[in-house]
Formats: sequence, structure tokens, C-alpha cells
Amino acid sequence: MPRFTLHINGKKHRIIADADTPLLWILRDELGYTGTKFGCGRGFCGACTIHLDGEAIRSCMTAVEYVEDRRITTIEGLSENNSHSVQKAWLAEEVPQCGYCQSGQIMAAAALLKRNPNPDDATINSAMRMNLCRCGTYDRIRKAIHRAAEDQG
Amino acid sequence: MKKDYSRRDFLKLSTTASAGLMIGVVLPYKERLLSAGFVAEVFEPNVWVSIRPDNTILITAAKSEMGQHIRTSLPMIVAEELEADWSQVEVAQADAHPDKYGSQGTGGSGSIRRSFNRLRKAGAAAREMLIQAAADKWNVLPATCRAENGTIIHQVSGRTLTYGQLAQLAAKLPAPEDPPLKDPKDFKLIGRSLSGLDTPSRVNGTAQFGIDVQQPNMVYATVLRCPTFGGNVKSFNPKEANKVSGVLEVFQIDEGIAVVGKNTWSVIKAQRVLEVDWDPGDFANWDSKRIEDMMEEKGSGKALIARNDGTTSTFIDGEDRLIEVQYKVPFTSHATMEPMNCVAHVRNGSCEIWAPTQLPQRVQSTAAEALGLDPENVDVHVTMLGGGFGRRLFTDYILDAIQISKRMNKPVKLIWTREDDMHHDFYRPTSIHKLSGILSKQNKVKSWIHRVIAPSISGQLFPEKFQDGKLDHSAVNGATNLPYAIPNVLVDYVMTNTKVPVGWWRSVYNSQNAFANEGFIDEMSYAAGVDPYKFRIQLLAGAPRHLGVIKLTAEKAGWGKKMDKGQGMGIAVHESFGSWVAHVAEVSVGENGKLTIDKIVTAVDCGLVVNPDGVKAQMESSIVYGLTSILKGEITIEKGAVVQSNFHEFKLLQIDEMPVVEVHIVPSAEPPGGAGEPGLPPVAPAVTNAIFAATGKRIRRLPIRPEDLG
Repeated sequence: MPRFTLHINGKKHRIIADADTPLLWILRDELGYTGTKFGCGRGFCGACTIHLDGEAIRSCMTAVEYVEDRRITTIEGLSENNSHSVQKAWLAEEVPQCGYCQSGQIMAAAALLKRNPNPDDATINSAMRMNLCRCGTYDRIRKAIHRAAEDQG
Repeated sequence: MKKDYSRRDFLKLSTTASAGLMIGVVLPYKERLLSAGFVAEVFEPNVWVSIRPDNTILITAAKSEMGQHIRTSLPMIVAEELEADWSQVEVAQADAHPDKYGSQGTGGSGSIRRSFNRLRKAGAAAREMLIQAAADKWNVLPATCRAENGTIIHQVSGRTLTYGQLAQLAAKLPAPEDPPLKDPKDFKLIGRSLSGLDTPSRVNGTAQFGIDVQQPNMVYATVLRCPTFGGNVKSFNPKEANKVSGVLEVFQIDEGIAVVGKNTWSVIKAQRVLEVDWDPGDFANWDSKRIEDMMEEKGSGKALIARNDGTTSTFIDGEDRLIEVQYKVPFTSHATMEPMNCVAHVRNGSCEIWAPTQLPQRVQSTAAEALGLDPENVDVHVTMLGGGFGRRLFTDYILDAIQISKRMNKPVKLIWTREDDMHHDFYRPTSIHKLSGILSKQNKVKSWIHRVIAPSISGQLFPEKFQDGKLDHSAVNGATNLPYAIPNVLVDYVMTNTKVPVGWWRSVYNSQNAFANEGFIDEMSYAAGVDPYKFRIQLLAGAPRHLGVIKLTAEKAGWGKKMDKGQGMGIAVHESFGSWVAHVAEVSVGENGKLTIDKIVTAVDCGLVVNPDGVKAQMESSIVYGLTSILKGEITIEKGAVVQSNFHEFKLLQIDEMPVVEVHIVPSAEPPGGAGEPGLPPVAPAVTNAIFAATGKRIRRLPIRPEDLG
């Protein structure tokens, strides 16, 4: 089996895995980064969203062989203590219900705000529409993104 | 072991205990302290409260947390009576126990309303014991002491002792049986929108769901079930699956073929190439059309009467108008974001389970029965649930995990793929509603007949109970409680079971029956030529809480305001799970038939509210769940199997479709009602009534299809 070197949340990990293994399962099963969630396994729901070189990607659809030596950030690496502006906004708006999709929502929102520090509703909609939430926290997600944008000011 | 016990020590102890987790031994809190020699200092007046010398208060939640924030609101109730300092409160999750906590079942929007008094008494008993302990220590009368913010204060001298300082003394006192409860006007926590205790862990990935549980030497598994309901394995060939690297074993269990491997990816891949020859059984000849035809046919036959007021058989006068319509609702799926999963470790003579479950006690008894163990030898740890909505009241996925663990003699993490989850749900029953009503010449509603034709959840689970024509009262929930003052009302029911598994889906039969009720009353109002809101008001004179919410929502929504062409407002009200909810929906329908839900204004009366923001969140959630079910989510059957496999076919509402939602809570001192479900039933009719107002097109079949509006 091939070996890979992964750079996750500022740490270097050496792993042995089949080249087609989705990054999602390396993170969850091999390295214990269980904050990244499995929702659909086909890139439809966004629960597995992480950052690859700062861009939001679906880790369930990204094979480990494509991410070697690239910068991977998971929810665990977004901040040390919930201090990222998106996390602070999520707390202030009391966004999560069950919370299962929220790692993916937060990672998608953080990537959006990096690209566009002051998104309007239409921009939020188009960036976030493929992140599903069965509990229906969409209204709060939108408010929290606006709040985080203001906070980053 | 030293007796001077600090918070830091406890943290150390917790860490040690977590290490204990790693070797598969989890002791309950008290036993952990006992084993560390700390127990004498901890005050545990009952199963709910545990006060440590460092003043922290551990409150046990015995209901499952699936997004309704009961791990915050239940501790709030205890802490209120306890006069605790909220910043010192922590929450613990109860393991399953046959009777220690009463029912641990989480459903029926019942967590607060069914625990409220018991938890208040638990907090009050602890408070009274702490007061007594302080009074004893100061040698004063308890009546001269009061509890406030985690301390007991002697009113005359101003002396104070913290709860932590009193823990050891209080632990020696007998618990009062009937402690005095606070006057609700003195509530300090109840009624406040406190932030969720679990919210921080839900924004940094540390919240532990079932799917996140890890055990040493754990293996991973999936189970492939026959896609056709009622089908069985004829034979299987594990050759291709075994070739996948990481696969350990492929074998048959009760419900299908298990694939076990070293990691999740290996078992998902192997499941995709596994060759199984299924015996699909006779349900393979069924599809959605045939089910509907069968329901239509049975529905015109004999029915069981559920409510019968007056004489609906002899009402037609010369100038009366008879209105007859039919409403139809499809099967739909729970589709929790976290698919079904369970970690189980079957050992010799015992079993340990970590599960996202709404019924921990059922998990315990089911596993005990399946393994031939006493329930006390089955430990069930309840994790966070990535959504429940009724799906996790079933134990099918638990049985998969324990069978596989037993065979492998190892801890196993069973994961259902999204496809497994969608193909093998217990679906919200499809239904047909035959409605007929009579309007007199003076436009009074003389009679109302509602026939509910639907599969029965109880009838499928316990067929023996319904063999001799017994009514399934659950199936007419939301139909029999029609609140309108109509002299002649008949509600009856026809059971139409098939092999499609049916189950409790958020608000259960209220979701279908409210759509029929509130759609049809709207139709009657237009037939009578009366504004739908005023029409309802006239018929609700004897239903004050319905009136309360419907008036509030109409007022807040600006009912009757002028709308642009293609826009409309619809209203609906429904009572369920001890609460009353009314919605006004505003919709736009474009020239091309494109439907937009612009706004939903909600009024809810759920009695006394513990956490207003929690109630608001549940209304928002019910609205989104309801909108998905009427705009998108439909489960259809072909060749006896579910067609939809993943979120590209079973779509959910997305953020760009989210309406503005405004929630208003009716102030009330009545006992608490439910919050998780009552917001859902009136969503569908509010929207379809708004579509009628906008377009003149009456939607009687869900989900709403583009051709209905084009």
C-alpha cells in the first residue's frame, strides 16, 4: 500500500492507505479528526467540507493521493478555542441544533469570508446552498455569516 | 487519598476516567469518584443532581439530545429550583437504566412537559437539604436561611456558605419527599434564552456523535439489505468483496450481508462490489401506483369510527351545498444528517453499546434479549444524535451491530451508507383523506366528514392487536381534534398496510391530518365567500388557545394587507403535543409557475416556556422540515423498493430557498407543552392556502409539483 505525507492543521502525518481512499476516512478513521462528518459520501450534502489550500472542498470526494503536500485544514484546526470569527458568530447566533452538519457549514462559511469579506445574501446563498442542514438552521447561518463579516470588519 | 478536592483534581480524574474508556471500562460518575476516594464530599440527593466540593453542579439529562437542546433546558429546570449559579452547572448524559430515571424515551415532544415537575422537585429537594445543612452548621432555624446563586445565606447575620462547602453535610441528611416549589413569578432561569451548554462543542467538532465513537481494536462494518421490502438472501458470493484491501470477513446476518473491514472505506467499497442473489418475495410486484390504487379501493369500503358528533348521515336539505374533495400525502423519509450507526462490543456475558438512540431502554432490552443476557449486563451509552425526528426510536441498526460484534468477538462500528439509510427507513405513512362538508344556505358549516386512509404504524408493529377491527387511535391524531364548532362531525379510519416499513416521523399523523383539515376548512371558507381567517375565528369561539395563536399570527403578519399579483397569504392553525401553533405563509408564484416561499409568521402557545430561543429554534426547524416535505421530499416505490437513494434524488430545502421566519410566543403560565413537533403540521396547509390565494389553484396533493402551478 502506498505511503502519503499529509499536512493537516499545521501538523505532518505519515500514513499508509489505498490511493483511492477519500480524505474523509483518513481524517476520521486513521487520524481521529472526527469533527469532519460523513453525510452522503457523494458530495451532495457538504457535511464533510474541509479546506484544501484554503479552499472549501468535499473530503468525501477527494482521494488521498491528490492531497499530499497540500495544506489541509479541518474544523479542529480552524482555531484553538472557538476564536475564529465564524465560530464566534455561530455561538452568538446560537446556530447549531443537532450540530452534525455544522463543521461543514462553518468551514464553507470561513472559506467564503476569505474570498469575499462582505458577502450579500445572494453571495451567501450561492456559496452555501450545497451545504444541507436537516434541522433547518439556514436563517441563523445567514445571520451568523453577516455577523462574522462585520466582526472581521 | 486526599480529601481536599479541587476542580483541577476532578479534571485529572476525568482524564483518568477517559483513559478508562480506552480500556473499555466506563464507570458511572459516582463509581468513578468512589474508586478515587472522593465520594464522601459529593452531594447526590437524587439521580439528577450531584454537587461537588468545588461548587460545580453536575445535572443528569436522561433524554436524548438531537438538536432540541434538552441538555440545556432540562438542567435549567433543576437549576432553577436549586437556586444554582448557572455558570457552575455541567450536564451529564444518563446511560440506559430500566427504571432509575423513569422513561428515557425521547419523542412526542415530551422531554420538558413530561419531566418538568419531577425535575423541579429534584432541584427543590437538593435546595432544602442544603438550607438544612447550613442551618445545622450555624445552629439557626432553616426558615432564617435562603438559597441564592449557589450559596446559602443566613439572612440575619449575612453569613454565607457555598453549596460546595455544604456538600458533605447535606449528603448526610434525609431527602424531603415533598419539597416546596418556587412561585413561577420568582423564576430566574426558566424563561431566559440561555445559550446551549453543548453549543461550543458543536462549533469546534468535539461534540461526540455515535459515528465518532472509537474503541481499541475496533473493526468497521456495513450491512447490505435486500432492496425489496420483505425480500431475503437467496445466496451471496463474497469473492469480489473479499478482494478489496482491508476487508476482513463477509457473512450473513438476520437482515442481510455484513461486510467487516479495517476501516470504513474498505467496507463501503466492498459493499458496492458484493454479489448477492436476492429472493425479492411477492412485494416486488408493488409500486407507488399500485399502493395508491389499493388505498383508494379499500378506502371506499368499511371504516372504523374515531369521532362521531351529531348525525352526519341525514343532513342534505334542498339548498345545502355538498363539497367533496380528496387530499393525498406521500411516504417520506427522516433523512437524519447522521446516517444510522452504532458501536457495539459483545463480550462473554456482557455487552457495551454506544448509540445515537431516542430509546436507550429499548436498546438495552432488545440487545439483552438478542444476546440472552440480563439487561444489567448491557451497558448503553447515549451519544449525541445527528438528528432523530423519530427514526432513532427503532433499533434495527443496533441489532446489526451486536450480531457483527458477537461474530467478530471485537468492538465493531456499524455504519449505514446514505443509500442504506434512505432505502431502509421507517417512512412517514402515505395517506389519502376523503373530505366532505355541507354548507347551509346561510353559509354555515353543517357537517364535516374526514376519512383517513393510511398504513398504521402500530398495526405494522403489533398486527395481532388490530386483527379484530380495533382502531389505531394514533392514525387519526390531528383529525379527531378538529377544533371548529361544527354540529355534525364524523372522522373514520381505514388501515392500508403494505410491506413498506412505516414509522413515527416528526409530528407523526398530525402532519398528514392537519394538511387535510386546514386545507379543507380553507376551501369551505372560499365556498362560503368569507375571508379564511374570519371564517376560522367564527368557528373557534370555544377554542381559546387556537384563537390566541391564530389572532396573534394574523396580527403580526398583517393579515389582509394588499398583495401584488401572483402573491398570496395563507393561514393555518393546529394543536398537537400539548401546544398550539398558527402560521401565516406568504408566497409568490411567477408566470412560469415558479413558487417562492417568501415569509412565514408563526405564533406558538406551548404553555410556560423554559428557553424561549429554544422554542423559536424548534419553530424554525419545524418550518424547514415541513417545507422540505411539501416542496421536495417524496419517497416512491418501484418493484417493491424505494427509488430514491441519496440527496440528489431526495432533496432537502436549501439556504437559498429559506423564507424569512418570524416567531412569536404567546405568554402563558399554563403547564409546558411540546416544542419539537407542533410547529410542523400547520406548515403545509399555510403554504398551500397561500398558493390558492395567489393563484386560485388548490393544492390537494403533496409534494407540490411544477405542473400544479404552471
